[in-house]
Amino acid sequence: MFYEEFLKINKELIKKAVNSGDKTRVETAVKKESVSYEDFLALLSPAAASLLDSMAIRSREMTQKHFGKNINMYIPLYISNECSNECAYCGFNRKNKINRKTLSEEEVKAELEGIKSLGYNSILLLTGEAPDKAGLDYVARCVALARKYFTQVSLEIYPMDTDGYKKLVDNGATGLTVYQETYDPETYKKVHLSGQKKNFEWRINTPDRAAQAGFRKIGIGALLGLYDWRTEAAYVGAHAAYIMKKYWKTEVSVSFPRMRGSSSGFKPSEIISDKELVQMIFALRIFTKFAGITLSTREAADFRDNMISLGVTNMSAGSKTNPGGYVGSESEGQFEICDDRSVREILDAIKSRGYYPVFKDWADTFGGNK
Amino acid sequence: MDDILKIADREFKSRFMIGTGKFPSDEIMNRCLEASEAEIITVAVRRVDLENPNADIMSALDPKKIFILPNTSGAQNADEAVRTAMLARGMGLSNWIKLEVTPDPKYLWPDGDETLKAAKILVKEGFVVLPYIGPDPVLAKKLEDAGTATVMPLASPIGTNKGMKSVDTIKIIIEQAGIPVVIDAGIGSPSDAALAMELGADAVMINTAISASPEPVKMAEAFKLASRAGRFAYLAGMAEKRDTARPSSPTKWLVK
Ligand code: SF4
Repeated sequence: MFYEEFLKINKELIKKAVNSGDKTRVETAVKKESVSYEDFLALLSPAAASLLDSMAIRSREMTQKHFGKNINMYIPLYISNECSNECAYCGFNRKNKINRKTLSEEEVKAELEGIKSLGYNSILLLTGEAPDKAGLDYVARCVALARKYFTQVSLEIYPMDTDGYKKLVDNGATGLTVYQETYDPETYKKVHLSGQKKNFEWRINTPDRAAQAGFRKIGIGALLGLYDWRTEAAYVGAHAAYIMKKYWKTEVSVSFPRMRGSSSGFKPSEIISDKELVQMIFALRIFTKFAGITLSTREAADFRDNMISLGVTNMSAGSKTNPGGYVGSESEGQFEICDDRSVREILDAIKSRGYYPVFKDWADTFGGNK
Repeated sequence: MDDILKIADREFKSRFMIGTGKFPSDEIMNRCLEASEAEIITVAVRRVDLENPNADIMSALDPKKIFILPNTSGAQNADEAVRTAMLARGMGLSNWIKLEVTPDPKYLWPDGDETLKAAKILVKEGFVVLPYIGPDPVLAKKLEDAGTATVMPLASPIGTNKGMKSVDTIKIIIEQAGIPVVIDAGIGSPSDAALAMELGADAVMINTAISASPEPVKMAEAFKLASRAGRFAYLAGMAEKRDTARPSSPTKWLVK
């Protein structure tokens, strides 16, 4: 399991490497076909910041080679914002007085139909962590329901054991995303105040359990703003490389959620600039050339448009982060959406950059699909 | 004399096939098709969305002008590939299937065992099967024995544009084959395509090298010309390679 690998990683060495100033190493790394982990650390360093253009070109080239000029379109659907945890940074934190809602199956159906009419085929179902209100059986039923409309059903739900995940795969789930939030155990402890999520080891091993249960696509990432971004990115890269090697049939994708304002009122300990985020994305692309890269509507329209041709492979459009949001509900969202353009506008932006928005990229005959 | 490529019961003038996976738009894809004069295009069943006819790649292709060959890309084992082929037939796409079984999502290296297993089932089910394989001469013969219509060995890993890295084994496959051999993945430049055809391949399949070029339409044409040139050279028969010059008629003095 990844936790054992994680313990072997020498954090001091990582910190030193990602803060070094070895520009020559960066220059060489950008030209290599396959970069080593040490090269990757150099790409995350301040020395690489002055070579952003060559990193961008390399990132573009590598992405086009493997993914073509395609952007996979997905849309998130929050089916519940109930949560028994207390994560300091999250709007769904149980201490927050917000309108809570777990969609009934009828409501889920209405949302699915609303989303389907936008042309989507790939959906991401999300919940907070409230096993008593939105438990395994409920999620499994929602997955089965969603599979009636969508060829791909991915999940961003609380960590479960392998058997739980198997049940979801059997019901037709194809992908699972789980953010570690932060790879620094100290910070992790500080922001996860109560609830099951406090268990760092359980969370960091979640992608292992998901891959063992048969999810074909696994998404990982760190919530940017909790800890030093260079170090976080170094761990995300190590984690992605680990999954790809160990679960060689599993597709890995990486997201870079920057903390946004939420009803929690939490102040990030550091603000990650656009330039820094871009460097992180390029470094990851160059290191893990086969990983998908996801950019959600947390980011601003301009930023997303500019990144279309520079490494991104998955995008959402027209997103709502509150349960029932697509048919108009009063419940609260998890974070603020920055790119609130319509699906049509985002598609036009993708096409005008010479890219192809892909809505369907999965067959009913794959994976757990029946 | 017409130089016709015959696969199963169909005849093609062009020996150049094209993939759809990586084009930035349907319009560019169609312009490339025109420039390439290709007669076969492969489409991933997983990408076909009959529920959304306007957004679907199928609506961009004219089956009167080009033969659409569905593929099973994305299938990780024989079972998924067989079901995908059935799905394609069920959708009314075709009973021809480009069989791809690639458990590894990174290099998309074909799984020989599962491909053979799927091929046997599909041939029995009445499909015309065109399997994508590694450059493995024994597997190629086994597939031929199983009744596939072609074999499609890769030249180098898909999307790498590295060209003919497996020349030696591909030569053996060509030499032994009783069915058309189509070089499928890894061809990166027109000269790679020409080389494949010079070696006696019956056709080449190109995607990334065209779609990722800054000028895809021009590149499509370049590939058309190169594959034709390679084919002509093969038909003409290459003069032998030598290290030293030799007089052209060393025994001329005898006839004096
Ligand atoms: S991050 Fe997840 S677990 Fe934590 S409070 Fe928010 S919804 Fe609950």
